[in-house]
Amino acid sequence: MNKTKGTIIGINGNMISVEFEGNIIQNEVGYAITGDDRLKSEVVKIRGNIAYMQVFEITKGLKIGDAVEFSGEMLSVQLGPGLLGMVYDGLQNPLNELAALHGFFLKRGVVLDALDFKQKWEFTPAVKKGDPVRAASVLGTVPEGIFDHKIFVPFHLQGEFKVVSIVEKGNYTVTDTIATIENDRGEKHELCMYFEWPVKLPIEFYREKHLPTEPLVTQTRIIDTFFPVAKGGTYCIPGPFGAGKTVLQQVTSRFAEADIVIIAACGERAGEVVETLREFPEITDPRTGKSLMERTIIICNTSSMPVAAREASVYTAATLGEYYRQMGLDVLLLADSTSRWAQAMRELSGRLEEIPGEEAFPAYLESRIAQFYERAGLVEFEDGNFGSLTIGGTVSPAGGNFEEPVTQSTLKVVGAFHGLSRDRSNARRYPAIDPLDSWSKYESFIENKQIEYARDILRKGHDVHQMMLVVGEEGTSIEDFSIYLKSEFLDNVYLQQNSFDSVDGATSPERQKYVFNFVYNVLFRKFDFKEKDTARNFFNKLRQLFIDWNYIDMKDEEFKQQEAKISDLIEGEATEKNSTEKKEKAETESENKDEKKMEKGESKNAVEAPEKMQEKAKPDEKNSPENEEKPNRPDQRKPPEEKKGEE
Amino acid sequence: MQKVYNKILSVTGNVITVKAEGVSYEELAEISISRGKSLAQVIKLDRDIVSLQVFAGSQGISTNDEVRFLGNPMRVTFSDDMLGRIFNGSGIPRDKGPSLSENMIEIAGPSVNPAKRIIPRNMIRTNIPMIDVFNSLVVSQKLPIFSVSGEPYNELLARIALQAEVDMIILGGIGLKYDQYMYFKNTLEEGGALSRSIFFIHTASDPIVEGLMVPDLCLAVAEKFALNGKNVLVLLTDMTNFADALKEIAITMEQVPSNRGYPGDLYSQLAARYEKAVDFDDAGSVTVLAVTTMPGDDVTHPVPDNTGYITEGQFYLRNGRIEPFGSLSRLKQQVNDKTRDDHRAIMDGMIQLYAQYNETEEKRAMGFRMSDWDKKLLKYGKLFEDRMMNLKVNISLEEALDRGWETLAECFTPDETGFRTELVKKFWPKSVQNEVEKKDQPSGETDKDAKETDAVSESEETSADKKNTTEPSEEDAETGQIKETEAESGEPVKKPSASKKKKPKKEKRGKRPKKS
Repeated sequence: MNKTKGTIIGINGNMISVEFEGNIIQNEVGYAITGDDRLKSEVVKIRGNIAYMQVFEITKGLKIGDAVEFSGEMLSVQLGPGLLGMVYDGLQNPLNELAALHGFFLKRGVVLDALDFKQKWEFTPAVKKGDPVRAASVLGTVPEGIFDHKIFVPFHLQGEFKVVSIVEKGNYTVTDTIATIENDRGEKHELCMYFEWPVKLPIEFYREKHLPTEPLVTQTRIIDTFFPVAKGGTYCIPGPFGAGKTVLQQVTSRFAEADIVIIAACGERAGEVVETLREFPEITDPRTGKSLMERTIIICNTSSMPVAAREASVYTAATLGEYYRQMGLDVLLLADSTSRWAQAMRELSGRLEEIPGEEAFPAYLESRIAQFYERAGLVEFEDGNFGSLTIGGTVSPAGGNFEEPVTQSTLKVVGAFHGLSRDRSNARRYPAIDPLDSWSKYESFIENKQIEYARDILRKGHDVHQMMLVVGEEGTSIEDFSIYLKSEFLDNVYLQQNSFDSVDGATSPERQKYVFNFVYNVLFRKFDFKEKDTARNFFNKLRQLFIDWNYIDMKDEEFKQQEAKISDLIEGEATEKNSTEKKEKAETESENKDEKKMEKGESKNAVEAPEKMQEKAKPDEKNSPENEEKPNRPDQRKPPEEKKGEE
Repeated sequence: MQKVYNKILSVTGNVITVKAEGVSYEELAEISISRGKSLAQVIKLDRDIVSLQVFAGSQGISTNDEVRFLGNPMRVTFSDDMLGRIFNGSGIPRDKGPSLSENMIEIAGPSVNPAKRIIPRNMIRTNIPMIDVFNSLVVSQKLPIFSVSGEPYNELLARIALQAEVDMIILGGIGLKYDQYMYFKNTLEEGGALSRSIFFIHTASDPIVEGLMVPDLCLAVAEKFALNGKNVLVLLTDMTNFADALKEIAITMEQVPSNRGYPGDLYSQLAARYEKAVDFDDAGSVTVLAVTTMPGDDVTHPVPDNTGYITEGQFYLRNGRIEPFGSLSRLKQQVNDKTRDDHRAIMDGMIQLYAQYNETEEKRAMGFRMSDWDKKLLKYGKLFEDRMMNLKVNISLEEALDRGWETLAECFTPDETGFRTELVKKFWPKSVQNEVEKKDQPSGETDKDAKETDAVSESEETSADKKNTTEPSEEDAETGQIKETEAESGEPVKKPSASKKKKPKKEKRGKRPKKS
């Protein structure tokens, strides 16, 4: 294709209008040339001979009349071995290489190859001369970290081909020709180990897309048990700032049982990415024994980096995800935050002077969000293998109000909703996923009936608590009160999880099943309490024992011992309820044990994450009935209002 | 070559258009208005029509005023001579000193490569317990102070400027009231900190557009100093004014507003400034503290809301105190394990108890019966507010931690606080420990205990603390009557200040030599 040229006739922020001659393509990449800088831009609108282009860099210093060179290609990424462990910006420029070349700052107009063209890979051919191939056929494999990286026939080649030549097993760089293929018209293509693919087109080389059913284990209890995510499914995490979206994503990226995790840090704080950047290489993946970084790709376009590249970054991430899915792997894409991406679209739309929709977001917001999440999926390939791409996006709604366009559009298309609540995070109940509002359409590995029962307890407990706020504890019946205590118990020992603890931070499915069953029995059991204080003391003790239990490795001997203690406590309560004397004795005994455990558990926490450990550090709360429900109740907006009320 | 144009096509708000060629985006121009010269910046180019925002405002602009393009974007001088100087929003000295024009650097430069950032690791001590103990400020952090108009946020900033352990301070005032500007100047002068400070001041009476440049000027200079190895603290007040200036320009430019009139790129605009906070691996650092006033005390207002998503936590300033619950330093975990063993325990423990106090307070207001435990909490809450939350309190982190233990010991027995035994053994004030354990106290006797504790503690504090402890606990005796407590809580807050005023100086004297 002829390379078209143009000149700049208008500049408004990161949007330039360009008068061109010849033909251009929608979403074609062009370069605005100012001095020595070549600023990468993308065509977003064409009207007559004027193209509107968004510039992926700062436009400072551009002039009317500056030249623009069109590339003839859509915005693309390089796909090939060597992507894993890399840190890219939104346009797939490797950031570490940029840093090595240009130091502290992101120099304008620098475009680097995403892959290392010098590194050699050990290629093992999988086809021989004469074999029929087509786009996405496997030519061979190279080992990349712990995976066999499949080398495909480039996805953009259309039609049927035959292998004319293929190299022997050996070491090659990604640019070395490894095969030649030919179609029946005699057109030959020389293939190497990498190719490019436009980010905005989904990769759809599979036989069928299936309904996601198998759970993607995140090892976060409230997610896996109550609001599961399926392999190939989608989910979203909306929440106000400070509710723990990013921490939740980081935890998921560490513990999720996916083969490959792609983190798209889209328009968020640089500091958060840095933590991942610096820590992941140090952390060992328990499943592979290798560094976590070896299964991770980070796409990092933080809030101060140019907005247009932010818009591209989620597509870049999705394309890389689809590429690895094509190899039959389970890929998890975590996008943080999709609201920033939506805002980037809004900025762009505003500069294009499009008629705005709700809150000035463009009218196509909804369809774009849907298209993005639809790139997820569990797919079956021609060879009968399966691969999956799961997408989880955080949403940062303005003012923490879920009734805004991005949250609402997202909720329409995702399979699970993990809504974070400010109240829960203020009360340091992490993860702050609201157990009443959240939902999931996927199947949990725990029996549905049990979960429904547990959720019912949570709902009722919540109602009772609301009532207690009005009538006080005195006006609440003992039956209601024990439902409330049960719901609190479930919340404290199961829904809440200390993500910074090595044991409690990740709960295997086996353990979840085992422990949940135990919790369920407590919830289901009818206790016959005479007094509220007795009930509360009982549940306080039970909670303490349970939380300690959560900190013990399932393989430890202590695990069973602790379990026995818990059973004793429960049985004791059930059988000895009529003999007050005995009961008191039993209570003092377990109290002693309690204290010992508390000390132990605490020392563990205080090192790991004292803040999260509210529950453990709590003193014996005989006299403050409400404090366990809302320890940090006065959230920042409330106190003045409440005081007014008091007057 | 400089080009001069003298045909102004349109004047809308503070934006003018001229017909010109060869102009580059964000280039500066100088306009000669009858009342003087003003700078203007190119904000839009459409063929040969150039839109400029005029820093001095468009009042009095004549259609034949001269527009001269300078051929460069906004720049600011950079040298050590800037220390102690005061500039306006165009980077021109406003302190009658000589003008500085050497070594001009561009403002609003490219952002730092995330791969070159490091995990923050150093704490900035401010001697304000609510910051040092509960939400430590960390080098390279960006933190807003969310506040309502009328709160003493500028006083807080000034105090931080005086006391923070940094090499230099850059203060950016956007829409600052003139008396507040003088306050900053005088306070820093008296405190001897002016010589390590640079001011960029845009006052409320200056044209609004000029305020837009202030954050960029401050941060560009700060970044340069940081690259030269300095640890710089940038204080900005008030970023809501900055956002309002953005809004004004956006509306003038007929951009589609997104939320309450603010432009759709508010988030990106704010982020571009805040993200300048950085810790360079082998050089200095930039830390940003910015006041954001919340119109109508509404944190969901677009400015504080967007800010909250960008910054690494926030301080809520309310009723003259840093509110312990909403306030959060996201980076504190990186540093508060390296200070003292009991730092995290005190941080969590005291806040949890204070949260319980708040609930008890609520219950009391609703007329519920007060148990012994409730009474203890009430006493504790008052002490906590006086000794920790009061902004006048000016003590080092270690002193604050000690004071925390003393306060706890006055109110509770060790097992009531739920602290780890080893910490209790190490830090629980000994004399009080025995006292408290002997007699499980009715509230009257607690006061005696309290006084005894004080005797143990630093003599300088004693008198003030005695007053404080007695007052609230008397109140405790009479349940109900929440109004009274509140009214009086204003009182004791102020009393200690008299006795503590001496302290800051003493502190500083102690500290300075160490550093140099």
